[in-house]
Amino acid sequence: MYVAVKGGEAAIANAHQLLADRRRGDRSLPAISIDQIVAQLGLAVDRVMAEASLYDRELAALAVRQARGDMIEAIFILRAYRTTLPRFGMSVPVDTASMKIERRISATYKDLPGGQLLGPTFDYTHRLLDPSLLADEPVAEPLRRTADGSSMMRVSDILAGEGLIESDGQMPEDHVPGDLTREPLEFPLNRDLRLQALARGDEGFLLALAYSTQRGYARTHPFVGEVRIGEVEVELDIPELGFAVSLGPVQVTECQMVNQFQGSAKNPPQFTRGYGLVFGQSERKAMAMSLVDRALRAQEFGEDIVAPAQDEEFVISHSDNVQATGFVEHLKLPHYVDFQAELDLVRRMRAEYDARNGIEKNETIRDAAE
Amino acid sequence: MDAIKENTGTAVSERKRAMGLLARASTEELQAGWLVIEPKPEVHPVRGPETGLVMVRGRIGGGGDPFNLGEATVSRATVRLGSGEIGHGQVLGNDREKARLAAIFDSLYQRPEHRSAVDLLIDQVESRIDAEDRKHAEQTAATRVDFFTMVRGDN
Amino acid sequence: MGAHTEIHASAFAGAFTDPVFQSQSVFRALMDAMARPGTITPLGATATPPAPLGAGAGAIALTLCDDGTPVWLTNALSHSSVPAWLSFHTSAPVTAVKPEARFVFIEAGGVVPGFDQFALGTQEYPDRSSTLVIEIASLTGGPEFVAAGPGIKDETILSPKGLPDIFLTLWTENRGLFPRGVDLILVAGADILCLPRTTKLRRREG
Repeated sequence: MYVAVKGGEAAIANAHQLLADRRRGDRSLPAISIDQIVAQLGLAVDRVMAEASLYDRELAALAVRQARGDMIEAIFILRAYRTTLPRFGMSVPVDTASMKIERRISATYKDLPGGQLLGPTFDYTHRLLDPSLLADEPVAEPLRRTADGSSMMRVSDILAGEGLIESDGQMPEDHVPGDLTREPLEFPLNRDLRLQALARGDEGFLLALAYSTQRGYARTHPFVGEVRIGEVEVELDIPELGFAVSLGPVQVTECQMVNQFQGSAKNPPQFTRGYGLVFGQSERKAMAMSLVDRALRAQEFGEDIVAPAQDEEFVISHSDNVQATGFVEHLKLPHYVDFQAELDLVRRMRAEYDARNGIEKNETIRDAAE
Repeated sequence: MDAIKENTGTAVSERKRAMGLLARASTEELQAGWLVIEPKPEVHPVRGPETGLVMVRGRIGGGGDPFNLGEATVSRATVRLGSGEIGHGQVLGNDREKARLAAIFDSLYQRPEHRSAVDLLIDQVESRIDAEDRKHAEQTAATRVDFFTMVRGDN
Repeated sequence: MGAHTEIHASAFAGAFTDPVFQSQSVFRALMDAMARPGTITPLGATATPPAPLGAGAGAIALTLCDDGTPVWLTNALSHSSVPAWLSFHTSAPVTAVKPEARFVFIEAGGVVPGFDQFALGTQEYPDRSSTLVIEIASLTGGPEFVAAGPGIKDETILSPKGLPDIFLTLWTENRGLFPRGVDLILVAGADILCLPRTTKLRRREG
């Protein structure tokens, strides 16, 4: 029998009030401001923007604060917000070759044009807790050196000069880029849709999959051709004007992963590439994305599909942390009726089992929970 | 004919530059610019100001065919001056007042008597951005790796 | 004008004066009218789009169209300021390819193409079909049809004026494709009458 249950309104309202109290915490401490979150927890803000698939630092910081620092909750809130906004259009594709570089490194060429620029990196730090941050000691201004303004040639272009690397990804003629926010996914996907899904995918999930490829589950022999972080212009075509106008800059992280490829019946031995592009400063995510992108191209290169990272439906269906958290967390919602049915079934099976095995009925406190 | 085309091309690239810089201006810069506009024109709203989304596209492999990277918030406005000029403002983010002011300056840019005031504003914005970019580029350049060739062991 | 496209001033005017409430009111009217096929329903708000698009059809366009809904226009509409007006106010792209269109607008007196030339949806996704907005002279006073189907208690009579003579044949064929097929919104002035693909029509005898 289905029993409709009502109630809990007061408990819910009080719980939300308690949440607001705990979020604010100790009132003798100043409340954290959105500007402080943007300025001092910038990489948390970037992760929320990347996985919410919405570039807006202030709103992402607000979501982080509202979610008490729970990243997936913050991503969920920002995703929900974006559904309330109309879409004005599609940008002109951003040009990462003309990026204003804040960091650019290559693991394949030491002396590449433009040089190796470390930028604000955690690399080469000792990962020792720094007590000076407790004391809030003054921080020195960064040093400066004349920038020679030399162009930052892409590493893929260097290899392309020798004809040893596949070209940038091309889709069939007249292909309209897929958009998973508008049309339900239908497998198999084209690479453009996979990249959209990966760009908003959960960093931890993609990191684990990328790691699995390095440990032998679909080995791709990767080298970081290049990681670059910096600002690119977003331009929008204005139909009323007949030309594109810049809306301002966004910061992105790009990774070109170069993979050795032994060749197949269709393709000569050469380097292939996995590509990663992510909102904000998010090197780990961009690298993981590029490894998974390459693994998911197995079929294209005639490679055997043997590992989870190569299974498109598995990877893309489970990479979205808002979907994943919704489905996992819904289990805590009332399932009283479902469970009653299961309970009756198990009791019946147990009674039959006991009868078959000559076990006497054991009086229990079975009604206590009902 | 070609001369006309070229003129139009220059006009387009100048307005494109102006609109791009208006999008990069801070709300305070635009407000300060508005204060010095005399006489104040009649401004009618046509659309917005309103906030929405633009899907930011990247290219597969960096230079290949486009894919949808993710959206960005954009505020936009369209205004009409009493004299008929239509101005459009579109800026990243949630600041609708900034979009409205950018649209007003885009419409004023088309009026000869206001052109120099708008030029002055966007030149100021451009020099501020250039200075910031130079500072960042120089700070980044200081983190450039200078490799030394080590003496080989077998020498 | 080179790359620069000059747009007629009418493209910028004539949208809703109160976009949130007016589009909600029109949406509600459309929903009610679709749920009660054959019932004449006032839209509750109108727009002033460039000719030859009418006030009611303009309000429907502002309410339903966005950048994700390609629109097909008749020859007369596509050679007016209507494409620029639609683009400016709704961001909807105009397409010349009939099966790509999610919405189709036909001005009063315009030629109505065969319904099966537009998107009819698929068995799996019957919703991926076109909705046709057809302006006609009047929602009453024309040849009488008896309508039946979901949303209609028993039967109802409707008499739109200004549809092509072949309309009943077109509609019967469309009905035969169910669950595929197009849906119709008939507009006269500020009133609408909807015919979803579920509605059966026959000519009223005598």
